[in-house]
Amino acid sequence: MSVTHTVPPIETGRSGLQKLLRARESGLVVLIVALIAVTAAIQPTFLFSDGGWRELLRQPTILILIALGEAIVIITRNIDLSIGSILCLSTYTSGWLFANVEGIPIVLVVLIGVALGAFLGLINGLLVAFLRVPSLVITLGTLYAYRGIAILWIGPHFIRSSWLPPEFRALGTMQWVGIPVLLLLVLIVVLIVGWFMTSRRAGRDLYALGSNPEAAKLFGLSERRLTLNAFVTSGALAGLGGLVYLSIYATGDARVGTGYELEAVAAAVVGGVAIVGGSGTIWGVALGAFFLATISSALPVLGVPSLWQQAIVGIFIVGAILLDRVLFLSRTRRAKRKGSES
Amino acid sequence: MRFTPSGFSRKTLVISTAALAATALLLTGCAGGSGTASSTDGGSAGGGGDSSITVIPKSLGNKYFEASDKGAAAAADELGMTFKEVGPTATGSADQVPFIQTAIQTGQKAIAIAANDPTAVCNDLSQAQSQGVKVVAYDTDTDCRDVFVNQATVDGVAEGLVKLTADHLGDEGGTIAILSGGANAANLNAWVDAIQALIKKDHPKITVAKVAYGDDVDEKAYQEAQGLMQSIPDLKAIIAPDTVSVKEAAHYLSDTPEYQGKVWVTGLGLPSEMKDYVDSGIVEQFGLWNPEDLGYLASYAADALIKGDITGKEGDTFTAGKLGDYTVGADGEIVLGPLFVFNKDNVGDFSF
Repeated sequence: MSVTHTVPPIETGRSGLQKLLRARESGLVVLIVALIAVTAAIQPTFLFSDGGWRELLRQPTILILIALGEAIVIITRNIDLSIGSILCLSTYTSGWLFANVEGIPIVLVVLIGVALGAFLGLINGLLVAFLRVPSLVITLGTLYAYRGIAILWIGPHFIRSSWLPPEFRALGTMQWVGIPVLLLLVLIVVLIVGWFMTSRRAGRDLYALGSNPEAAKLFGLSERRLTLNAFVTSGALAGLGGLVYLSIYATGDARVGTGYELEAVAAAVVGGVAIVGGSGTIWGVALGAFFLATISSALPVLGVPSLWQQAIVGIFIVGAILLDRVLFLSRTRRAKRKGSES
Repeated sequence: MRFTPSGFSRKTLVISTAALAATALLLTGCAGGSGTASSTDGGSAGGGGDSSITVIPKSLGNKYFEASDKGAAAAADELGMTFKEVGPTATGSADQVPFIQTAIQTGQKAIAIAANDPTAVCNDLSQAQSQGVKVVAYDTDTDCRDVFVNQATVDGVAEGLVKLTADHLGDEGGTIAILSGGANAANLNAWVDAIQALIKKDHPKITVAKVAYGDDVDEKAYQEAQGLMQSIPDLKAIIAPDTVSVKEAAHYLSDTPEYQGKVWVTGLGLPSEMKDYVDSGIVEQFGLWNPEDLGYLASYAADALIKGDITGKEGDTFTAGKLGDYTVGADGEIVLGPLFVFNKDNVGDFSF
C-alpha cells in the first residue's frame, strides 16, 4: 500500500491544530461562515426565514454531487466536460418516466436516472481508456453529442410540475429537524464517496494513478479499469444530480445543466483538487461546491448587480489557484531550508 | 451559479455546429438544384420554387422560438418557400455569425433573425444585404435589416404590464421590482426602460426598487427572484418581462408560502409554462403575444421583400395570409398587435 500515499506530508513537527488551521477545508469553512454571517447581517431573511434557510441549504446540493464526480475524474489526471449534458438527459428522462409510465415507483426512476448517467459516463470512460485520446477532447465531444441528443429528443418540450408525483415534488421541500432532506441525502453520498476515496484501496488507487501514472502502471494498477471507474462514477453522480435538479426545480428542458461542467471544475479547484491530478480531498470539494453555490445565492440577496456576479465568482477561482501556488512555493522553500540545515 | 463557458468551448461549438449546418445546407442546396419541381409542390399561391428563407432564432431548444419558428415554417409552406431553421445552442453575442455566413454562401433569398446582440451580427447582415439577401429582424431588432417584425411596440408592452400591475396595487401604489432576462437583450432592455419611464410619469406612488437579471436560465432566475423578495422587505410586485423570469418568480413564490399574497407576480409568459401557476392562483394575469403569429408574419414580410412588394419604407403595405393587412411603420417596423392578457379563463386555450 506504499504507493497509495501520494500526497507529500504538508507539515512535519507541528501540532495537529496548526495542521487543521492550514488545511483547505478549514479555510473554506471560515469563508462559508463569514459569507453567511455577513449576508445575514445585511439581510436577515437570507438565514432567518423559512425560504432563505431552505434555499441556503438546498441549493448547493446539485453542485456538490457533480463536483464530487468531477473531482474524482480530475484526481486521475482526466477531466469530464460532459456532466452538464448528462445531467440534462437524466433530468428529462426521469421527468418523462414519471409522465409516461403510470405509477412508476420513485426509487425505480432514481435508479434509472443514475444508471443512465453511469452508462453515459461509461461511454466517456471507454473512449478515453481505449482510444487513448485526452479526456478533454473526448468529453468536449460528448458534451455536444449528449446535448445534441437532448435537443433532438426534447425539442421545445419541458417537464411540467404536474407530471411529477406529489411525493417526489415534496422531496424538494421536505425537511428533517429543520434540514432539507435533499441535503441530508447528498451528505450521505459525500460521506460514502469520501470514505471510499480515503480508506478503500480502489479509491487510493485513483490518487496513485493521477499522481504518477507511470509508477502506478509499474505497480500493476490497471489504468483502463481505474479510468473507467472514475468516469462511470462521475456520470452516475451527474445522473443523481439530474434527479435532485428535478426535485428542486420541478421543471427541465433541453438546456438544463448548460455550463455545469465548468462550475463543477471550479468547485473542485476551489475545494483544493490539483488540476494536474493526484491530490485533493472529497471534503474539500464538497465545501468548495457549497461555498460557490452560496456565493451565487448570496450575491442577489445582497443586491449585487447580476452583471457583477460572474466576475466575483471568477475572482474566487483565481484566488484559490493563487493561494495554492503561494502555499506550494512556501512549502518547497521551507522544505529546502530544512534540507540544507540538516 | 453561472459561469460563461470559456471562449474555447463556445467557439468550438459554433464552428462544429456551423460545419454541420453548412454541410446540411449544401446537401439540401444540391437537392434543390436538381429537383426544383419538388419544392414547388408544397407551395400553393404565389410561390416561386427558388424562394428560400433561413430563420435564425436566438437559440435552439427555446420553447418560445420553437413556437415562432413553427409559425414561420407554416407561412413559408403557404408561400412555397424553402424553409430552414438553424441557430446556436447558446445565446452569446457572436454565436449566430456562422449561420448568417452559411445562409449567404448557400444563396438564401432571405434571412429572418432574432439577434442576441444588435450590433455583433451587423457586419455579416450588411454583407448579406449587399449580396441581395433580404434581412428581416424578428423578436429583437438589429441595426442592419430591411424590416423589423415587432411583436409589440416597446410602449405597448410597457403599457400592458404597467396597467396590470397598477390595477393590482390600486391607489396606494407601493414598491415593485423588475426581473428581466439577459442583460444584453435589446428588446428586454427597451421594455425595462419604458416600464420605468411610464411608472415615473403616470404612477408616482409606485417605486421601482431594483432591476435584476435572470440571464434566461431557470436556476438563475429562481435565485434572483429569491434575492428580490428577501432583500426588499416591502416588495409588493415583480414585473418580469421575460418568459423564464416570470415562470421562475412564480415558481419561487409557489415554493415559499411566506411570500404568497404578499408579492404579486406578472410579466410576459408562455401560457403552457404559466398554466399551473395561474390555475393554483399564484399568478393572476400575465401578458404576451402569439409567437406563432410573429414567425408567420416574419416569413410573409420576407416574401414581400423578395417580391419587391415592400422595401421597408414607411407606408408600404402587404397582406400576411390569415393575419390580414400590415403597413410598414416608421424606421421599417411592422407591429404584430397589442399585448394579449392571459388569465384563469383562457390560459388553457393555447398550446405554446
